[in-house]
Amino acid sequence: MTKTAQIAVTVNGEKYVEDVPVRMNLADFLRTKLGLTGTHVGCEHGVCGACTLFLDGVTARSCLILAVQADGAQVTTIEGYETDKNASDLIKNFHNRNALQCGYCTAGMLATSIEYIEQGNPADREKVKEHISGNYCRCTGYQAIVDAICTTIEERQG
Amino acid sequence: MSGPATIFDKPRDYIGKSIPRSDAARLLRGQGRYVDDMQLPRMVHAVFLRSPYAHAKINSIDVSEATQATGVIAVYTGKDIAKHVEPYIGVLSHLPGLRSPAQYPLAVDVARWQGEPVAVVVCTSRALGEDALGLINISYEQLPAVTDTLDALSSESPLIHNEYDSNLAWKREVEAGNLEEALAKEDVIIVEKQIKFGRHTGVTLETRATVCDYIPGDDELIMYYAGQAPHMLQFILAKHMNMLEENVRIVAHDVGGSFGIKVHTYGDEIATAIIAKLLRRPVKFTADRLESFVTDIHARDHVVDAKIGVRKDGTIVGMGFNDFTGIGPFSMYPRTSAIECNQILNLTGAPYQFEHYHAVGNVVFQNKTLMCQYRAVGHPIAMAISDCMLEEAARAIGMDPVQIRRKNLIPDDAYPTKSATGMRFDDLSHHACLDKLLTIMDYDALLADQAENRDNGIYRGIGFVSLVEVTNPSPMFYGIGGAPIASQDGATVRLDAAGALHVSSSVTEQGQGTNAILQQIAADVFGVAMERVKVTTGDTATVPYGGGTWASRGAGIGGEAMLLASQALKEQVLDVAAVILQAKPEELDIAYGEVVMKDTGEQKISLGDLAKIVYYRGNELPNDLQPELIATRHYRVTDFPFVFTNGAMAAHVEVDTNTGFIKILHFWAVEDCGRVINPQLVDDQIRGGVVQGIGGALYEECVYDTDGQMQNATMADYLVPMASEMPEITVAHVETYTKTSVLGAKGAGEAGTGGAPAALMNAVNNALAPLDCGMWQMPMTPERVLRALGKIG
Amino acid sequence: MKAPDFSYEKPTSISDVLALLANDELDSQLLAGGQSLMPMMNFRMANPGTLVDISGVSELAGITECTDTIEIGAMVRYCELEQSTIIKTHCPLITLVLPYVAHAAIRNRGTIGGSIGLSDPAAELPAVLLALDGSIEVTSRNGVRLEPASSFFKGVYETACEPDELITKIILPKAHLKQNFGFHEVARRHGDYAMAGVCIAQDSDLSIRVAFFGVADKAIRATNVERLLSGSASFSHDVIKDAQNATSEIEFEGDMNASPEAKQHIANVVLERALKGMK
Repeated sequence: MTKTAQIAVTVNGEKYVEDVPVRMNLADFLRTKLGLTGTHVGCEHGVCGACTLFLDGVTARSCLILAVQADGAQVTTIEGYETDKNASDLIKNFHNRNALQCGYCTAGMLATSIEYIEQGNPADREKVKEHISGNYCRCTGYQAIVDAICTTIEERQG
Repeated sequence: MSGPATIFDKPRDYIGKSIPRSDAARLLRGQGRYVDDMQLPRMVHAVFLRSPYAHAKINSIDVSEATQATGVIAVYTGKDIAKHVEPYIGVLSHLPGLRSPAQYPLAVDVARWQGEPVAVVVCTSRALGEDALGLINISYEQLPAVTDTLDALSSESPLIHNEYDSNLAWKREVEAGNLEEALAKEDVIIVEKQIKFGRHTGVTLETRATVCDYIPGDDELIMYYAGQAPHMLQFILAKHMNMLEENVRIVAHDVGGSFGIKVHTYGDEIATAIIAKLLRRPVKFTADRLESFVTDIHARDHVVDAKIGVRKDGTIVGMGFNDFTGIGPFSMYPRTSAIECNQILNLTGAPYQFEHYHAVGNVVFQNKTLMCQYRAVGHPIAMAISDCMLEEAARAIGMDPVQIRRKNLIPDDAYPTKSATGMRFDDLSHHACLDKLLTIMDYDALLADQAENRDNGIYRGIGFVSLVEVTNPSPMFYGIGGAPIASQDGATVRLDAAGALHVSSSVTEQGQGTNAILQQIAADVFGVAMERVKVTTGDTATVPYGGGTWASRGAGIGGEAMLLASQALKEQVLDVAAVILQAKPEELDIAYGEVVMKDTGEQKISLGDLAKIVYYRGNELPNDLQPELIATRHYRVTDFPFVFTNGAMAAHVEVDTNTGFIKILHFWAVEDCGRVINPQLVDDQIRGGVVQGIGGALYEECVYDTDGQMQNATMADYLVPMASEMPEITVAHVETYTKTSVLGAKGAGEAGTGGAPAALMNAVNNALAPLDCGMWQMPMTPERVLRALGKIG
Repeated sequence: MKAPDFSYEKPTSISDVLALLANDELDSQLLAGGQSLMPMMNFRMANPGTLVDISGVSELAGITECTDTIEIGAMVRYCELEQSTIIKTHCPLITLVLPYVAHAAIRNRGTIGGSIGLSDPAAELPAVLLALDGSIEVTSRNGVRLEPASSFFKGVYETACEPDELITKIILPKAHLKQNFGFHEVARRHGDYAMAGVCIAQDSDLSIRVAFFGVADKAIRATNVERLLSGSASFSHDVIKDAQNATSEIEFEGDMNASPEAKQHIANVVLERALKGMK
């Protein structure tokens, strides 16, 4: 028999109370229980970075976190980055600079990029590349993503 | 004179501009519609049990325990599924001699590759389904696995298919002139190498996925498809499931990367469709990453014995090779696993003028994952064979690699012309691209930098490639051989009552920007703002019939059809407008959603108002006028089998001779893909393609043991390019429009991948030249570099 | 790749953890950061009956400065180590190493106790502990004991910690001003497990500890190398060469990326680079 538990979790500012199988990971919980399919699953072993989101303010691989571990936590996903992470300018720059093609890595890539910018890092291309080096993108070759992140930092610095 | 070509006589708002894609807005907000996002009422999950062995008899399968497990709706074996499907054979008549036995979606009596599905559990959740897999009891009897391409052809090798006399699937020989005789001449310097290319795979971030649903009463099968060729799959499902084609609907929404991986026919996806029909409810199959590695098609597994002959002045006398490629136990259906080898035979040396050519391709069955077309199909190998041998020959005669290319590249004014292998070329620009490349890379500065660093024991290298790339294919590519693969495409454009344009096309979107460029073309040619153009692709129920995405045809073929349809609708609108305005159609034009006087630009009537008259107030029109504000046009390439593009690329690398690591300092790509519709989209396609080529050149390899077990089927062990190691890539263009269409656009999606490996191997060998060693195997791993340097082994 | 079923417990005290581990019927495994265990569970290579989530045990949290040592609770995450002033001041070798451990999202969750308890041969922290000659506090129902790092790591995923025991603290000596540290690793891609890496700690009396990782079945001290380097204030070309020859004491093991010969060669390169980087 699958073991279940009830969890209360706030996602993008909205509170949810749900019963979950204990073995269900946070990515699957968001996607199948809450219908928030913006978070994607790419490998289920924490390497590709597609599932990266914010858990209590820091980035985490949602495929490696059990939904029960998010009980009482604040989760922010791509559906909330514009409003809850002040990321409109980053999103605008991703859009204008074509920093996504198929869009599958984008949720995780945005999370990692937002983290880089929030931590006050510079518009240094090598540093940016190092920081996003845990997010796999097969389409862009990464250059447009680095451009978009650096443009955002430069714009914010005025 | 009017007609579609006049669109290029005036300034344009969209074609040729780097407009951001409108699709991207919702993707950036997590509003993608990928197959795995779908939840349908009563949907269940198909979870496949796969052979753990590369070659094994399936003696018995006992599903009784699994059937009773929690959440299990049904369990099917390969034999069960086989009852409901016509098997398929991956051969085409224009590849004479290619043989492959009939294949079923799941293995029936024998499993022939590690990962081949052998049974499937249908369950209320994926997790419960995986639990149930453990309860299926299968008795396997292991058979010897055939895993070495060359050994597979020896008379001692076990046979994968007993009905054949060997493990050879196909052999083809191409000859021009007399290579052996030409190379025997005294003044010819010969270079011979064995070049190995590692088997690798696409690793799309979205794994393969499908949701299939069956509607009883309508006898309708719907497949929600994460793939490139909806109409092809419609044909295939109908044929092999014995259904009427019109009752099969394929719907493709967002696709998380494809690169050719998702243009093929997979047994687990067909089985999912069959199960949906049997159970009369939606069934979802999403491959996990482990399944993906062992079932997505692999590609580029080649051992090539190559030779080239040049004269002291650098002229190529001829080149040739013997290529051995290991595929899977079957030739993939319906595009065949021989096309990659065929491309190599046809295209090696294509940029150059020479008389003598002798190439043999041997396509060999293996007990490994099936192999088939993957981005740039065969080109990475073909370009590497010719250009790496050419630069090695240049070293042998002490000539600069640019000079040897100048000597041999087809002159830019030689077109139309043919290669030694009979490939027909027009509108190419090898020399112009090389000129541009040398400028943007500042070749002289790099040479000076190289010399300075060598004095300090730092080994930097510069490597080039001149390449061609097959794009915009005609029916000569597949259709002629009997494949249900369209090489023509259509576009429909329709004006609605608000003055907006609804367009649909049979080419498809996987993130490259197909929808965006169709929008740009329709908007410019018809005369509305881009925001007023809505694009539909991917649904066989609503789009015109066509080929989808493959061989870089979206812009060239889909775009041309959209241009023609938009022009046709414009003429229809102006015909109606002329009646309403009591003017002549040739006096009118459409600009920014208004019908205007062509000479003054005076706005006469908005498209919305015109449409409302047509749709609501037809009483205001003469009785003999029955306007339609919808037009469909189709387009295919007729003048040539394919429209080639060409490019010149260069890599600048530094080889750490202590660790064997190769650092790519910079990469340049000059591409002539004809008219560039959206420079930003094209340039980033090229960058993404280059990085994919870097993957094959430095990192990616499917490693198998002698038992046919893939050793590195995880994202931690199979190495894909990540950001830190990737160079900045400078892209530039020469634009030689193709005369085969009004739009003049060729394809651009694959060239980066086709050229990058050759440029990288050349750069590495250029770096290592003073150390008297070279790299002739991809991927060029640190271990292999250290061995080449003699530092180990 | 969905994990098999299990029961989930989240105790709040060490004694509760130990009780759960001692109950054979539960077939328990500890869940710390989950960055290694969850992939194994998703691959169905780990199949415990009960997962004991120790992230709620407050006794396992915190970085404490003591007179001569730094005590790090087993549940302290990599990111806390990165941000800690105590670590930056008193354990500079850790600060040197952390940017090479996977990626930020992994470091936000992964724990020092998890890394030490797993003993992945290619991980950095076990080698850091060896180089610093740290110790591991292991708590069981029989009491608390200190295991020296030098005998803690036994093999691939094998340590001196028993299945019913809990790593509770990592204890490291505070760095002296005159101490010198070296570190170098080589990986195919940034953040990957190392092809070869080395952590070096030289004490003020010029004794030295050299710990390799990524080259054998566990993080390992190269004692012959240490003997040759010991007593040198600076490392001449000849001394480095001799040290490199002495790495042959290690039983090099190959992996997906490198044969044993390549591992040895690259181990020598990282040794040289680490030594040259020390000053």
